[in-house]
Amino acid sequence: MSSELINLTLRVWRQSGPDSPGQFDNYQLNGVSTHMSFLEMLDVLNEQLIESGQESVAFDHDCREGICGTCSLMINGQAHGPDTATTTCQLHMRRFNDGDTVTIEPWRATAFPIVKDLVVDRSAFDRIISSGGYVSVNTGNAPDGNAIPVAGSQQEVAMDAAACIGCGACVAACKNASAMLFVSAKVSQLAILPQGQQERSERVVSMVSQMDDEGFGSCTNTSECEAACPAEISVSNIARLNREYLRASLCGRD
Amino acid sequence: MVRVASETLNSRVPEGPVDQIWDKHRFNMKLVNPANKRKFSVIVVGTGLAGGSAAASLAELGYEVKSFCFQDSPRRAHSIAAQGGINAAKNYPNDGDSIWRLFYDTVKGGDYRAREANVYRLAQVSNTIIDQCVAQGVPFAREYGGTLANRSFGGAQVSRTFYSRGQTGQQLLLGAYQAMMRQVQLGKVQMYARREMLELIVVEGVARGIIVRNLVTGQLETHTADAVVMCTGGYGNVYYLSTNAKGCNVTAAWRCHKQGAYFANPCYTQIHPTCIPVSGDYQSKLTLMSESLRNDGRVWVPKNAGDSRTPAEIPDEDRDYYLERRYPSFGNLVPRDVASRAAKERCDAGFGVGDTNLAVYLDFRDAIKRDGEDAIRKKYGNLFHMYHKITAEDPYKVPMRIFPAVHYTMGGLWVDYHLMSNLPGLFVLGEANFSDHGANRLGASALMQGLSDGYFVLPYTIGDHLATSQLPTVPEDHPACVAALQSAKGRIDQLLSVQGTRTVDSFHRNLGQIMWDNCGMARDKAGLESAVGQIQELREQFWKNVRVLGNGESFNQSLEKAGRVADFLEFGELLAKDALHREESCGGHFREEHQTDEGEAKRNDEAFNYVAAWEYHGVGEESTLHKEPLSFDNVPPATRSYK
Repeated sequence: MSSELINLTLRVWRQSGPDSPGQFDNYQLNGVSTHMSFLEMLDVLNEQLIESGQESVAFDHDCREGICGTCSLMINGQAHGPDTATTTCQLHMRRFNDGDTVTIEPWRATAFPIVKDLVVDRSAFDRIISSGGYVSVNTGNAPDGNAIPVAGSQQEVAMDAAACIGCGACVAACKNASAMLFVSAKVSQLAILPQGQQERSERVVSMVSQMDDEGFGSCTNTSECEAACPAEISVSNIARLNREYLRASLCGRD
Repeated sequence: MVRVASETLNSRVPEGPVDQIWDKHRFNMKLVNPANKRKFSVIVVGTGLAGGSAAASLAELGYEVKSFCFQDSPRRAHSIAAQGGINAAKNYPNDGDSIWRLFYDTVKGGDYRAREANVYRLAQVSNTIIDQCVAQGVPFAREYGGTLANRSFGGAQVSRTFYSRGQTGQQLLLGAYQAMMRQVQLGKVQMYARREMLELIVVEGVARGIIVRNLVTGQLETHTADAVVMCTGGYGNVYYLSTNAKGCNVTAAWRCHKQGAYFANPCYTQIHPTCIPVSGDYQSKLTLMSESLRNDGRVWVPKNAGDSRTPAEIPDEDRDYYLERRYPSFGNLVPRDVASRAAKERCDAGFGVGDTNLAVYLDFRDAIKRDGEDAIRKKYGNLFHMYHKITAEDPYKVPMRIFPAVHYTMGGLWVDYHLMSNLPGLFVLGEANFSDHGANRLGASALMQGLSDGYFVLPYTIGDHLATSQLPTVPEDHPACVAALQSAKGRIDQLLSVQGTRTVDSFHRNLGQIMWDNCGMARDKAGLESAVGQIQELREQFWKNVRVLGNGESFNQSLEKAGRVADFLEFGELLAKDALHREESCGGHFREEHQTDEGEAKRNDEAFNYVAAWEYHGVGEESTLHKEPLSFDNVPPATRSYK
């Protein structure tokens, strides 16, 4: 595959801190190889900014292979950009054309306050997991692995849900900034597996309550979250979460 | 001339038969009374498999734990990117595995440069790890009947690798993370995310705390405790391009080293054979394609150099399946160091493919023909998807192009059998220590080691330290804390005051090139000597001419990077010097002067059968070499053969 060079206009959200006002700044970036990843393109921008004495654009990133969930970015209004099932770090510039204007914004949600520029605070997700997203088993307590059989098909459904990378794209894509897809992925994984049965009711009630306390919005079933999700978490998990919640509410806690 | 300490290091490995010492030692170690555990506090730096599992397990026991990570959430530590699997000697497939065989394979795979007692303990504990993770709800792959599934990995002739599709690290890490977050909820773990450790606090020779920078506010914070546990990963990013996450760094370990902790075997680096090749100067990282792909993929290059046909047009008789040719019994599943060197050999000889001629094919044609595309998708779907995204080529239709890349570092801070460094009170776990993989790590063993250290070793050994030491309270205004804080602050001020013209990244790339060219897959004396000189020169340049904008009291990613690169510039020199001193080839350390006629690594057991642990004396000063002699009483050293 031969590489092409394209020229872009970048409209980037700049904001110096959580309480400062922010604005879009425009940058012209020329000679971008179409083989670059989107974040490598931002690296090039930052090198140029530093060389010209301007502070670089802050953005979150780490593994750059689509699994850590650190990178984010609304790209032309789409969470993680135009490709389906793809994180921003796996998005490549061959997806863009010479002369394009690309608008880059942070995740926007009350529960994800902006730290700086494109960086947001997603610690609300950690607090939701803390409230019940686990099996309470201390180290050393486990029976033999094969003593807990899990049918292959059941395991596959649990793994589909467990694949969530916790990036927050579902929240960013949702007009209500709802975190239902994130919460439902963990609730589903553990509700499907036999290991999660003991705390099944308590878990879903606590996690939903924590989600509400964090200021995430309500789910109105528009499925924008599923469309944006780089890990292809299905909205059927939200349906399962609703069933689990109803079950826990009607039958009471375990 | 290397300065060698007269006394050898005491590894504190107990006497006795290797298969009994851990059980016996657990009895001999002192315990902390359950009611007293809450009186002890422990700092855990890093939240990967080692750090997450350690923090959770210590808190479950009752210790007061403070946990730190530089990422925005502990769930993002780079263990999450491990793809292929985790080894255990369960022998579920009934194919002849045992604890002894896992022990044997690991010692042999490490080219007889690991400590036998540690490796045996690792193999022993491996089965319990699987049990623990299953109980946490980790969705390991299953057979139709519901039992756990296994696959094969390099360096073993049994199937002992447990996996969750191509996301095993993610699932194991989330298991450990969730266990830790449960303890956060219970108030036993205090979690500090977006904190970077910048100094170790040592009081009267004992590690008692750390200085961290709050990466959001820029404030420096002092944290003291009764013990400090480093789970800060490896130093692969000294090469700039590696499969590590962008944030992975040596800073925490290097700060410990500068405070007196010995750094062991830094020259043992693992170059992973199957990564997506470099495509341009802007490249910021390299992406691994899991070793598990070699279960079904066949590695080849054209038999005729410069063959310009597309891979599909090249018939079998014109293909050189060089791993199957050279190593008929292990074939495509030879260990990583062997596979990497074989790829380099073919490319150096002019048989490489792709635009740069620095790639070989990893071909699934035969497996797809045999098992069908769906079966292959089920096993490796996410990896194929990732490959497709990055290269715009569909690996179901054309073979992957792959090339070796820096992946893992076997060297690390020196630890004894208790996983404690020579600095009392400083424990080092996971990739950050040096102990279990010798000169080469086998696939699917890193996850095993991280979790073994955190779940099942440290919780016992830390108790012995706490129960047997005098640990007076260290107030935050203790002179040692104040000095450490001043040192961290001084360094930040220094970085900001240079105000030069070159970006931090440009220095990092430069360093990476020096390291890759001279300390990569093959090394020789002249290259290593030149590397030492070039690194010194680059370091001098850095401190004269680096440009770090902004200030220290705010969120400043340039400043974060600058601190890490400054430490890599010191550490890289030690790596090169360690490689220079080790006049032999072993595992990932291949000295061109020391090879067999067939181009295989040639060890020198007479002269180098030891761990090289270096003591720091100052930037640019010669370090003192402390030797820990190795003995192989159970797996007699032999020339490794995978033929």
